[in-house]
Amino acid sequence: MTFANTQATVYNDKVVRQFAIMTIVWGVVGMLVGVIIAAQLTWPELNFGIPWLSYGRLRPLHTNAVIFAFGGSGLIGTSYYVVQRTCQVRLFSDKLAAFTFWGWQLVIVAAAISLPLGYTTSKEYAELEWPIDILITLVWVAYAVVFFGTVGTRRVRHIYVANWFYGGFILAIALLHVVNSAELPVGWMKSYSAYAGVQDAMVQWWYGHNAVGFFLTAGFLGMMYYFIPKQAERPVYSYRLSIVHFWALIFTYMWAGPHHLHYTALPDWAQSVGMVFSLILLAPSWGGMINGIMTLSGAWHKLRDDPILRFLIVSLSFYGMSTFEGPMMSIKTVNALSHYTDWTVGHVHSGALGWVGLITMGSMYYLIPRLFGRKQMHSVKAIEIHFWVATVGIVIYIAAMWIAGVMQGLMWRAVNPDGTLTYTFVESVKATYPFYVLRLMGGLLYLSGMLIMLWNTIKTATAGRVVPVQIPAVAAHA
Amino acid sequence: MDILYLLIPLSVVLVFFILAALWWAIYRGQFDDVEREGERIFEHD
Repeated sequence: MTFANTQATVYNDKVVRQFAIMTIVWGVVGMLVGVIIAAQLTWPELNFGIPWLSYGRLRPLHTNAVIFAFGGSGLIGTSYYVVQRTCQVRLFSDKLAAFTFWGWQLVIVAAAISLPLGYTTSKEYAELEWPIDILITLVWVAYAVVFFGTVGTRRVRHIYVANWFYGGFILAIALLHVVNSAELPVGWMKSYSAYAGVQDAMVQWWYGHNAVGFFLTAGFLGMMYYFIPKQAERPVYSYRLSIVHFWALIFTYMWAGPHHLHYTALPDWAQSVGMVFSLILLAPSWGGMINGIMTLSGAWHKLRDDPILRFLIVSLSFYGMSTFEGPMMSIKTVNALSHYTDWTVGHVHSGALGWVGLITMGSMYYLIPRLFGRKQMHSVKAIEIHFWVATVGIVIYIAAMWIAGVMQGLMWRAVNPDGTLTYTFVESVKATYPFYVLRLMGGLLYLSGMLIMLWNTIKTATAGRVVPVQIPAVAAHA
Repeated sequence: MDILYLLIPLSVVLVFFILAALWWAIYRGQFDDVEREGERIFEHD
């Protein structure tokens, strides 16, 4: 059987271009909302008494915008680029690919409207109400068809490792979304979860942790395994290790979720299982990190003059840092101190700003000039400035949250000799104030970097022109 | 904790699914010439 896409002579880069542009736009939006809510934590008056601007409604808007709008557009866009280049075939279906783009943007707009209006399922990272959940499912099925259809019609026998990571991410997210979003609609924008109490909490964190594992880790590792070798112009350090990395990671991740529920009504043994698997996860995570960084082995000098490579490699060091910190925080005795404090917020942002953000920005800096028929971005100097502004911003942000978190944990557990608590809760809030100011500054720096990137992208796109890229006539191994 | 009767079997089924994919990849020769595959992304550029 022959498929239409195997007859095509050029790649479908239109949909990649659309996703790439929206990655930058949603990055600016999501990070701006993040800065606004960081300011609200410092100065609560910034709610202005308007319900739509209250912290509780803007916070899920921030997380949805950065994870699913910025991260999601970046993942889908790069996966379409990578799967075509490594399979040497056009996307399986142009129409379905276009549907994934417009459908995904519609999901994002629906989130941006419904969340400030107060419509929420109250499940973290899955706040969107049931009609939007159904739309997400449709878009995701179409995405899976386009991606796996392209892999299935490939003209290269071997499936490049990046595609395994992207594929694992697509399948796992489909499963997680369907199970976690099982809900009973009782009105147009109101539903109740199919699970209750601690059962709901367990499903929620089975979802929540695997969203981190498969959306924010496996997907972006797919990006890493293509764009780092390409930008460094060297094959990945050990291709063998990259395969071990993939299989070890996906076998282990599914079991670590209960570490989000330490010292809750969840059975003790289930908490311990979560903790043990979290500790095991350190091995594949660090294997992958070392593999990515060592790709530069023998070419370290490139880091000196290539700011794009610096984005990509520093993102991996943040990946290494947060995949060390995560298992440590999953140890029950450590968790007793860190849980519910701003340490968790710092940990998440070292992963989100450091790993997910920087790897996406680096990949986009590689991709955008090529999508607009240019050799490089309009200003390489601006990439350099972006790198430093973003990195300094992350360091300020996470250092402030580490100190604030440990301080909060120690204040909450401090007891007087007579057994009463030493501090009231509000005293710990007051003590956190300077760190909230610092965090806001870190966030502002990171947002400024994103604005520089937006300017650079507009300059590159408007000066460039779209050149269709030919698919190599004879594939290496048909 | 009835939910574990859903989540654990689901995760075990998933492990079998992953094993099947690994099996397929090994026996269909995906990993026969592993170190060479890393360089292939530089061809045709």
